[in-house]
Amino acid sequence: MAHGHNSNEKVVYVGDSRVKKSNHPNIPPDYTAFPGKSEAFIPNFLLKEWMVGCVVLVGFLAWTIAEPAPLGYPADPTNAAFVPMPDWYFLFLYQFLKYPYVSQDYILLGTLGVPGVLFGGLLLAPFLDTGKERRFYRRPIASSLMFLSLIACVYLTVVSWDHYQHTLEANGQIPEHIEREEKAREAAEAGKERPNYTKPAPVASLVDADDPAMDIAKQAQCVSCHAADLKGQGSVPPLTGVGDILSKEEIAEVITNGRNNGAMPAFKDSLSSEEIDQLATWLSKQKTAAE
Amino acid sequence: MFKSVYNWIDERLDITPLWRDVADHEVPEHVNPAHHFSAFVYCFGGLTFFITVIQILSGMFLTMYYVPDIINAYASVDYLQHQVAFGQIVRGMHHFGASLVIVMMFLHTLRVFFTGSYKAPREMNWVVGMLIFFIMLGLGFTGYLLPWDNKAYYATKVGVEIAASVPVLGPYIADFLYGGDIVGAQTLTRFFAIHVFFLPGALIAMLAAHFIMIRKQGISGPL
Ligand code: HEC
Ligand code: HEM
Repeated sequence: MAHGHNSNEKVVYVGDSRVKKSNHPNIPPDYTAFPGKSEAFIPNFLLKEWMVGCVVLVGFLAWTIAEPAPLGYPADPTNAAFVPMPDWYFLFLYQFLKYPYVSQDYILLGTLGVPGVLFGGLLLAPFLDTGKERRFYRRPIASSLMFLSLIACVYLTVVSWDHYQHTLEANGQIPEHIEREEKAREAAEAGKERPNYTKPAPVASLVDADDPAMDIAKQAQCVSCHAADLKGQGSVPPLTGVGDILSKEEIAEVITNGRNNGAMPAFKDSLSSEEIDQLATWLSKQKTAAE
Repeated sequence: MFKSVYNWIDERLDITPLWRDVADHEVPEHVNPAHHFSAFVYCFGGLTFFITVIQILSGMFLTMYYVPDIINAYASVDYLQHQVAFGQIVRGMHHFGASLVIVMMFLHTLRVFFTGSYKAPREMNWVVGMLIFFIMLGLGFTGYLLPWDNKAYYATKVGVEIAASVPVLGPYIADFLYGGDIVGAQTLTRFFAIHVFFLPGALIAMLAAHFIMIRKQGISGPL
């Protein structure tokens, strides 16, 4: 090896590596030479910082225990009544885009124009404010621009939040994560299990689909409301799996006399009692677990 | 024992200068709250970093349970929140930490702004700081969708619709974020990837640049 332990070389390396052999003693510098009351970062300063950090951490832990992180109901893309709400630090922008001259025809100004100038200005601040002066009260332009933007952001955020609260009130809604917590609390007080919104709806399929009762269902137009596969549609409930919730007698009763002011019509005039019995027997066998 | 192991490694890799460099930088009087209470404003950067570390750690634990698909995402968060031991704490820390880190970053930015610390020779560090700022907002936006409840869903829908209204680029941005025509299965997996891999990677690179520059230049002097 070219280097190694050649004593003519000034730098001595460890073995054949490029690591310099050092014999500088491991002594921290003495800060008395620095101006003012400087102290070393490690360990002097960092130890104090960590003590503060521990207190902060414990406070934070207590907070997360006292106040559970919110969770609403599962996302439902067909829910038209839900009032959209971004996280709080986006509210200023969200509210800003609701004003005329920065929305609709002027949306370009709202999405790119104003935020572009403001954030661009912030990004390039060192190149716009090039003076040597650092104290904020000697930099009136930069400081007042920042103060104005701050006030504007706080104002927009408050207005947006207010608006959200009013919309909820007008719609008679409460935020879903609060409603959900309320229901969980009520269930707990009633000694019931916490409502679970995550159980997948059991997908029941028709049992004995070629039973002669299916022909009656077709003739009697059950299928026109309960759908051709009897899986229900819109507000009409499915008949697949109906055996899980109703007994044969109850089903016969629903078919004979109808339900919900004729939303489910009475069939006592159009079907014979044998046919109704046949239908009810077959429907009562429609159980999810029967497969 | 520890010392001889250390010496054994140090002899081979000369690691002492690496950490001595970090350990030995001085904390000047004017930024030390122990000497001037008002110097606490200089702590906001460190506090931001502290919360960022909490975010990264709690996030790592969250991914042990979180499932990024539209059928299981909500259920996995619900399970974590209510069934898993300490799940509520982990999720709570990540949820509230996300707000806290924005607050701290905001205060730090204001400190740097009002002390004029962004001026020469620290311009580049300010620009890097602003990039961190945008990355943080991006993390907030993408993370908000992940619990897949209605609030998450509709906030994302509105957010992407706003982005889509940008001329020329808008439709491409929307396409990139949606991965389809609506907020759906593709959107969720994309947001998950962006939130967990892309942005944290960028964040760590930027933080490294931030700290190297601070170390090199030292903190700005007294006013
Ligand atoms: C005009 C549309 C319509 C037709 C035709 C119809 N149903 Fe219904 N059915 C309904 C509606 C609506 C309900 C729900 C009623 C309610 O809200 O309580 C219902 C409920 C039922 C139920 C109770 C389901 C449950 O989950 O509680 C049964 C059983 C039922 N129908 C059987 C039948 C049978 C059998 C036929 C054919 C002979 C039939 N229906 C024809 C509209 C219809
Ligand atoms: C995750 C986010 C950030 C972290 C963890 C962070 C961390 C830090 C730390 C620890 C310091 C040392 C001084 C102090 O603590 O105040 C610092 C200094 C600095 N930061 Fe940040 N920062 C972040 C974001 C930002 C942002 C958003 C900006 C502004 C756009 C910024 C601009 C600066 C500048 C210019 C300095 C040098 C200031 C001086 O020397 O006085 N940083 N940062």
